[in-house]
Amino acid sequence: MTDLTRSSAAQLAQWIATGQVSSVEVVQAHFDRIAQVDQAIHAFLSLDYDRAMATAARVDAKRATGEVLGPLAGVPVAVKDAFTYEGLPTTCGSKMLEGWMPPYTSTVVRRLIDADMVILGKTNMDEFAMGSSTENSYFGPTHNPWALDRIPGGSGGGSSAALAAFEAPLTIGSDTGGSIRQPAAVTGTVGVKPTYGGCSRYGLVATASSLDQPGPCARTVMDAAMLHEVICGYDPRDSTSVNAPVPPVVAGARRADITGMRVGVVKELGGPGYAPAVERRFAQAVDVLTGLGADVVEVSCPHFQYALPAYYLIMPSEVSSNLARFDAMRYGLRVGDDGKNSAEQVMRLSRGSGFGAEVKRRIILGTYALSSGYYDAYYGSAQKVRTLITEDFTAGFESVDVMISPSTPTTAFRLGERVDDPMAMYQADLATIPSNLAGNTAASFPIGLSDEDGLPVGLQVMAPPMCDDRLYQVGAAFEAAMEGSWGGPLLNQIKETAR
Amino acid sequence: MNVDAVMDYDEVMAAYEPVIGLEVHVELNTASKMFCSCSTSFGAEPNSQTCPVCLGLPGALPVVNAAAVASAIRIGLALNCSIATWCRFARKNYFYPDMTKNFQTSQYDEPICFDGHVEVELDDMVFTVPIERAHMEEDAGKSLHVGGATGRIQGADHSLLDYNRAGVPLIEIVTKPVTGCGAKAPEIARAYVGFLRDMMRALGVSDVRMEQGSLRCDANVSLRPHGVTTLGTRTETKNVNSLRSVERALRYEICRQGAILASGGKVKQETRHWHEDGEYTSAGRSKEQAEDYRYFPEPDLVPVAPSPEWVAELATTIPPSPTARRAQLRQQWGFSAAEMRDVVAGEALDLIEATVEVGCDPQAARKWWMTELTRRANALGVSLDQVGVTPAQVGEVQALIDEGVINDKVARHVLGLVQAGDGSPRRIVADHGLAVVNDQSQLQAAVDQALAENPDVAESVRAGKVQAAGVLIGAVMRQMKGQVDAQTVRRLIEATLTD
Repeated sequence: MTDLTRSSAAQLAQWIATGQVSSVEVVQAHFDRIAQVDQAIHAFLSLDYDRAMATAARVDAKRATGEVLGPLAGVPVAVKDAFTYEGLPTTCGSKMLEGWMPPYTSTVVRRLIDADMVILGKTNMDEFAMGSSTENSYFGPTHNPWALDRIPGGSGGGSSAALAAFEAPLTIGSDTGGSIRQPAAVTGTVGVKPTYGGCSRYGLVATASSLDQPGPCARTVMDAAMLHEVICGYDPRDSTSVNAPVPPVVAGARRADITGMRVGVVKELGGPGYAPAVERRFAQAVDVLTGLGADVVEVSCPHFQYALPAYYLIMPSEVSSNLARFDAMRYGLRVGDDGKNSAEQVMRLSRGSGFGAEVKRRIILGTYALSSGYYDAYYGSAQKVRTLITEDFTAGFESVDVMISPSTPTTAFRLGERVDDPMAMYQADLATIPSNLAGNTAASFPIGLSDEDGLPVGLQVMAPPMCDDRLYQVGAAFEAAMEGSWGGPLLNQIKETAR
Repeated sequence: MNVDAVMDYDEVMAAYEPVIGLEVHVELNTASKMFCSCSTSFGAEPNSQTCPVCLGLPGALPVVNAAAVASAIRIGLALNCSIATWCRFARKNYFYPDMTKNFQTSQYDEPICFDGHVEVELDDMVFTVPIERAHMEEDAGKSLHVGGATGRIQGADHSLLDYNRAGVPLIEIVTKPVTGCGAKAPEIARAYVGFLRDMMRALGVSDVRMEQGSLRCDANVSLRPHGVTTLGTRTETKNVNSLRSVERALRYEICRQGAILASGGKVKQETRHWHEDGEYTSAGRSKEQAEDYRYFPEPDLVPVAPSPEWVAELATTIPPSPTARRAQLRQQWGFSAAEMRDVVAGEALDLIEATVEVGCDPQAARKWWMTELTRRANALGVSLDQVGVTPAQVGEVQALIDEGVINDKVARHVLGLVQAGDGSPRRIVADHGLAVVNDQSQLQAAVDQALAENPDVAESVRAGKVQAAGVLIGAVMRQMKGQVDAQTVRRLIEATLTD
């Protein structure tokens, strides 16, 4: 029989809908796969076997009665451990929240449940989504299925590795500065950051509120589009949620035609800092797009060069405030509560012990940037840069429909290679950060392997706010064009975790 | 215990001019909290009115309560403020266990209402108090310190936290520095806070119960030598929880600061705590070591942008100011200025108005509330509106008098029975047989008996010494057990004697 874990979500959904295979079988196959490989990959922080199997059985029973179910009913999905889901811990990869059982469920997870999808468990991440390698997870790093000594990207490395290791056909991520797209790029998978406000943040533990955005991760463009339609859409519980219909992303993926589409290559997202092998692969991708009938031009976004420094002021500022609530008073880790220490001392000891080095670094940075006397120079200036970057996008999108760049400057680097060099680590998000600052939508699609190290390279596609469907249109067109030369999905070329 | 030197108030006034500033927090009476749908009712079981949002649980997000915004705008309009067309919330960051997020969602440099003024009355003079701003924010929870002698955190064994109040909407109303008050500064402050209380009540936006903390006042004051135009160093006195305390605390601070300045010292900018029992202030935390709140715009909330149409609609719901209302009622009721001042000071205005509304003569209503019922309230140690007699019942008592059913003396007795819970005035008069006796034969018999028993007095009255009739009237009243009108008795005696 076909290996169910190798199938796309769309294929699985169809088989389940037509009764060719049961949801129980599909879900069991994925738990089997997890049992087989996750010791080496460490994509998961928790599994929800009993509830998942019960849900799958319920979906099968509903289908047996002839009930018409949603397009992804019965299909398994894994969720980044930053989203609350009653009944499973939400740790955010932090000692601070080890074992914390949230008393409520996030909107994204609620929508998965309402769509009759089956949640396998929660995936690994850098602590509180701060990092580009999952090495900041208190629970240990995730390994890249393409090469186990390589990083799977971050912060959502667990979600991307679970896809690349065929442990889940779909996963949920969250993207603050590239935490969906960078892991997608380095694992040869698809990751989409919807327009800011397109997907509800309710129940996503905040890293930086004005930048965070949940989104779909998948192995194919259509799978991502289908998941996108399940999780996105207006939510009255999130005041920043956009009250408008979800862009027609499945239709965009189905259309897969970019004839006459104006594509802008962002001049500033390339050159120094970008690996030549990545640039070569990117140039070939540009040729493919041209060959597909796209009208490719160069666009300049002069303020993008300031995106990284602006981001590392705004992001830590919001972090310093968002993470203040972890004070051991109501939930989470409590250290030093010996009856003698004051509440303030317990707070101090708990925060000192519960947060890792990178989280502390950003809290300190942000606290400083917001301080009286420094606010204007740091946070204030960064907000001005943010406005200029948004204006660069607006101006650019007047002449092109989408902009493109390499998703990351390099392919997956080695575990441990950058842990002692925060600046080098931050460079991993060089190309992805501008879209978080501006709030537009962006995605990473696999475009092939590096001719140097044989590791995946990603193409970043950026579109104006609420034009998320354009991303899928480009991604699907590219995917269709490459399937022939790749002999199927790029991930089929993976060797490290092959059975 | 008071440890500070104080100077005689008049001596301070001879050398210095006080400048006051008041920060008043008004707790809104919206059904739900500022950013979630939890109830705001007072006195519920601790932590029973909480949810992920007001508990600040990881991932939870605030959504602005539109009813609270409407109240804020109405308050602003009533204070003659400009209403912002666009404003944001801001985070005020500081750590304290009763703050679930360790930041308060407030407003900083973009208040919803700004630049207003109100006119308050004091001794027939109208004084204009300039308003700097009125902004929206959320309340914190409450700490209960257990095990110490004082109920304060020092010496406590442990603390209990109740978050029912966390997230209750507050409006903070801040005056500009109020100059030119002279020696009347403390009284003007009291009149201003009284004005706000009455205005909030008239708007129906708050219960404004100072004893329950739904109206809280921080009183600022500084002194400057006469003729100097720059401001002196101010102190901020907290825990000022009654109108009386506003006046006394400011008076005390003026005397304390006067003593420091007169001896060549410098006033320290600090927070002071008002001690109601001993009538003095003591030093709280020093403002020089004050925390840096690291305000920044709240990224979890979209800006508030009330449309001009909405503001115009709300403007039609603003009742007359208490000052205007008093002037209007005084004219309608024909009260003297002194009478009106006593009524206002005696907290009887609303009660008299309600009594007049049920058809009672204004002067009669004033008489009952300001004499008999004030006496009874004082005897019980309760406020006038808690005396146990309603305006409708007072109106009914007066109606019984007007109908000649009872007289004043009986009416007082009836009010006592109403207060004791015996039922409505008419019911009490019927049940206790208190109606004035109109049986002429019984009354004539009593008059005849009195004349027979007092022949000398009867003779002198007949001879023209009219005032002597009092003895005869008293005898008849005794005979009739008071259930007869004295004027009727007088007329009957005179008629009998001239026969």
